Order: sequence, then structure tokens, then C-alpha cells
Amino acid sequence: MGTQSPYPWAPGFYPGDRPQVVTSRFQYEDAHTIERYHATGGYEGFRKALTMAPADVADEVKKSTLLGRGGAGFPAGTKWGFTPQGVWPRYLVVNGDESEPGTYKDRLLMECDPHQLIEGCLIACYAAGLSRCFLYIRGEMALAQERVAAALNDAYAAGYIGTDILGTNFSVDIVLHWGAGAYVVGEETALIESLEGERGMPRLKPPYFPAAIGLYGKPTIVNNVETLSNLPFIALNGSAAYTAIGTETSPGTRMIAVSGHVKRPGVYEIVNGSTTFRDLLFGDEFAQGMREGRELKCFVPGGGSAPWFLADQLDIPFEGRAAGSAGSMLGSGAVMVMDDTTDIPAAALTLVKFYAHESCGKCVPCREGGTWLYRIVERIVAGDGTDADLETILQVGQSICPGNMPHASSERLGLEAVPFPYKMTTICFVGPSAYVPIHSAMTLFPEEFESRITKREVRRLIPVSAAAAAGGGS
Amino acid sequence: MSRLTDANVALAREIIARYPKKKSALIPLVHLSQEQNGYVTEDAMRHVAELVDVTPAEVYGTASFYEMFRFEPTGKYLINICGTMSCALLGAHELMHHAEHTLGVKAGSTTPDGLITLQHAECQAACTEAPTLQVNYRHRYRVTADDFDHLVDDLRSGKLDSEIPPHGTLGRNRQHIPVDRAVGAVHPDDVTSGPVWLEVSPS
Repeated sequence: MGTQSPYPWAPGFYPGDRPQVVTSRFQYEDAHTIERYHATGGYEGFRKALTMAPADVADEVKKSTLLGRGGAGFPAGTKWGFTPQGVWPRYLVVNGDESEPGTYKDRLLMECDPHQLIEGCLIACYAAGLSRCFLYIRGEMALAQERVAAALNDAYAAGYIGTDILGTNFSVDIVLHWGAGAYVVGEETALIESLEGERGMPRLKPPYFPAAIGLYGKPTIVNNVETLSNLPFIALNGSAAYTAIGTETSPGTRMIAVSGHVKRPGVYEIVNGSTTFRDLLFGDEFAQGMREGRELKCFVPGGGSAPWFLADQLDIPFEGRAAGSAGSMLGSGAVMVMDDTTDIPAAALTLVKFYAHESCGKCVPCREGGTWLYRIVERIVAGDGTDADLETILQVGQSICPGNMPHASSERLGLEAVPFPYKMTTICFVGPSAYVPIHSAMTLFPEEFESRITKREVRRLIPVSAAAAAGGGS
Repeated sequence: MSRLTDANVALAREIIARYPKKKSALIPLVHLSQEQNGYVTEDAMRHVAELVDVTPAEVYGTASFYEMFRFEPTGKYLINICGTMSCALLGAHELMHHAEHTLGVKAGSTTPDGLITLQHAECQAACTEAPTLQVNYRHRYRVTADDFDHLVDDLRSGKLDSEIPPHGTLGRNRQHIPVDRAVGAVHPDDVTSGPVWLEVSPS
């Protein structure tokens, strides 16, 4: 039992000879304390921001082109600009509800460097005129809650949070809030509903951004933990230092978790935009290739919601447009790798089951469709699927995602890529996400389904009782 | 009796005061009741309803949406075994099978001594350390069958008491906002002007 990371207090994290924007303190076991934070340049970015006009700080963040790290990849500075003029108050809600399958980074940032996140919150509130901050942590992360609570208490005591911060007229409270277990709450409007004490169901759109109408109907910025954790670096070193790392369209670094059938599964802070999937899966500094004697079969490039990639796509870099035109998305920085031992229908089933289970029930195509997909794929995996089942999967999928469904190209099958995104009949991405994995699996590995299904028109009758099954009647 | 104790009512009022609207404290207070009683009781939901000024049905309506809230007695230790993709690829189903065998109960049930409840769970944000499980929401990584048996032995012998609090307790510490530093929560409709630190107040 236990991790193999060089820093046992940061399970799974591996440093490397690369720029570290958000993981620079992970080498210290006490990185979560205010003493270590102070000793390593902590709160200096915030102090510098306080000497600047709020609009100038916001401008610096906008110039950094910091892309949101929650999944959608929207520029954070631009998002801040969507708040309507003259409507008050404005709130900041921190999305720490990390639960996308394969995603493991925000929890590390909260456990190992909570002050960095708090400093990011303070910079955002100062720059965008947000007068109250709610830091929403996923309920199932007990240690993250402990670390962030302790850090908040220390930061209040040190005068970084509260009234007239550091002798200025900037005042803000940061309130720790925690969830109670619901994947869909990671969707920003569902997060707001949950924060209002409601069932975590996404709100109807438009408005598309809670920046216009959010918490309590007021302008609200919702930012991901990793996104905010980048702000102290940008505030201290300037946007030019940030854009010097990575590429023009994907600046800075980003945290990526590589899991599954690789030699060294791990969390890596990579240079954004230029690092390729081949680097990440096979590089010595990263996952170091497949398990001994095994070959890559396929991988999920951006969290459970992302269409799958094959070895054909290994040379694609971590850049949104490149991944999109190849038929998938970068999502939340989660790569799940499958080798040639993988039972593809069974692997897809784990994800279909996840999204069917996590449907909030608001939109019919997701609530009913996801459950249908789960039941059908489950019986195919159990060896009891029919030809008709494969057709039904596609029909149900079309009712969730009408039209062309994105998928990767495959030289083996002679398939051309269909670019991201898909169309959807649901409010949020949970519904489509139940279809994505089974669609990818059936498109890229049709033979594994053909060989699994029975060629009968009608399914075998399911015996009513054990006695009937044994042939004894009832 | 499973209403909140006086000490927890004081804590509840401190939590409620942080929010511009009381109902926002609903989930934290249901957690507090689960921490006190080990699960969420009907009396506790009635009490939370009184505290945040909603009906008991609204409390149940919200609470029943969330998976962490349990409405029946639960083991002192809740073991959640992750079964999502990365863990499934590295033996989560086999681990669950072993766990059911070791504990002598099926997933979703509690051992006869009331000590351990075993559950299927979804992604626990520890995918590089698969297969994973959580005991009362504290992670265990790369869990083998032997690891699991040792864990159960340690839980039974009380060896992990200082590390793992009983089910219901999440963080073992709490946020406390010092009165002299708090900005305070204002009802959103009572805020009419922009924050003072914005030099130019947009109109």
C-alpha cells in the first residue's frame, strides 16, 4: 500500500527538469504551512498586485491568456470581463469539486499548497471586484478540507483575508464550503445551485456564463482550483514570464495525470501546448511507456468525457485546437491508458456506468438515455447482447448527440477523424459523456463488439427463479 | 434524540452567519448532523430546517440528492472502493470481490458487528495510484488484497483511531473566521454599490 512518488506527501507526483508554475513547493513536506509558504515567496504576488490598480492586475491576467483548467479551457481573464457593469455584489466561487474520471490534480494542489490557491483567490477578488469568495471543495476530500481550513485560519490571522487587508481598503472573506458527493456539481451552474443549498442540477442556458447571473442571481466568477493557483506566479512575474512558457495559444504549464497501463502512472506539470501525448506516455520524464511486454491499444486524452485516441494520435500536442480537429478534447488534464490486454467493451462500460449513475435527472435524454446505454452495454459485456443492441446504442446516442459524433482517425480501419465538438440535447455534458466512451469504443474497435454479441434476434429468457434455471420448474 | 447538541447549534449558527442567504448552510449543517450521529436522522433534518428557515422536506429534498449522506445506521468505517476506469484497469473489481470475501458481506452492506460498511464508489481523484479506496474519505493507494486485509485488521484493533475519525467526520479541524477580521455576509439585495477598492466605480 502506498505511493511510489519521490514525495510521499504528494502521492503520484513526479517533478522533472521542466518549469514549475504551480508545483514549485511540492518538494517540501510542509508546503501546506504558512511558514513554508512565506519562506518560498508566498503572498508576494498578492502584495505586488495590491500596489497596482485592480484593472491593471486584471489586464495582466488577460494578457497571460491563462486558460481555464476545469475542462472547457476558456481564458480566465476574458471570463472575468463578462460581469455586467454596475451590478453588485460580484462573487467568486472556487470549483474544487474535482471528480472527472482520470482527473487528479486539484486535490494535490489543495492538499500540498493551499496557500497558493488562497493567494490566487485574493488576486482574483481584488482584480475583478469580487467581494466574497466561496471555496467549494469536493466532499470526499477530507485531507484537502483539513489543509485548506488550516490555511484559511492562518491566512486570516496573518491579515491576508478579512477587512482592510494589509492596510489597504481591500476587504474580502473566503468561506470554505464542502460538497456531499455528486459529480454533476462540477458543472458551474450546478455548483452554484449546490452552494445555494439546492440539489446540484445545472441551470438552463442562457445565460451561458454565471458571470452575468450566478450565485443568488448576482454576477459570479467560477474558476477552477488549478486556474487560480496560477495567479500568484502571473501577479509576481508578469504575463510575459508566463507566456514565455508553452505556446501562443496554450501558454504556461498544466497538470496532467497519466493513469492506467503505463510503467509509471503519475501527475506531471507539463509545458503546455508543445508537449505531445507521445512524450507523456513514453518519455522517460513522464510515464515511461507501457507495462513490460505490452503495447498501446488506445487512450482517453482528456478525462472520461473525451473521445478516445489511438496510437495514430500520439504526436498531437497538448493544444486545444489540435486535439479538437483530431476528434477529441484536452478536458481536465487526465489521460487514461489502455494496453493490448484491455477488454474494450468492459473498459467502456466503467465510464458509461459512471455517467449514467451521475445523471442528475433533469434532462430526459441523459436520465433515460444514459441508463439505457448502461443497461445495454452491461448485457453486451455479460455476453448477452444482440445485433439489435448495437443499433439501439447508436439510436439512443443520436437522441443525446444528434448528428456527427467526433472520433479519432484510424489507419487500421481506414477511418477519417470527425472533429470535436458534438451537438447535444442536454443542458450539460453529463449526457453526452455517457455516449462518448461507448461511441469511441464501437467506432475504433468494432470487432470486439461483433465477436461479443450473439447473432440471435431475441435474447435468452432470463429464468424467474434459481429452480427454473436448474430446470426443476417452480 | 438526534437533534443537534447545544455545542453543534452554536457551531451551526457560526456557519450560517457566513452566507448571504441561510439556505446555503444547508449542506454543511447536514454534514454536521451526520458527524454527530453517524448518519442523517429525521430529527436532525427537522432541526436543520428550523435553523436555516426551510421546511424539513426541503432539507430532505436536497440531502437525498447527495451520495455522502446516509439515512440509515452506517458502520463506524465506510470503505468505498473505486471502480471507475483507471482503477478498473488495474484490478478494482478483483479488489472488491476480495473485500466482500474478507468482510463476509456484499457491497452496500454493513458487517454484523456494525463496524464496517462496504460500498462501490466512483472516481476518487487518485487515478495514478490505482486501485484506490477510501476509509471515511481518507485515501489508501495501490491497494492489494493483503493490504486490504491488514487495513481491516488495523481498523478492528483500533490501530488507526488517531488517523481515521468515525464515519461522518470529514475535516478534523474547522474554519473559524475571527470576529475582528470578518467582513461579514450581507444579503445580496442589500448591496447597492461596488467595492471600495475599485478606483473607478463603473456605472
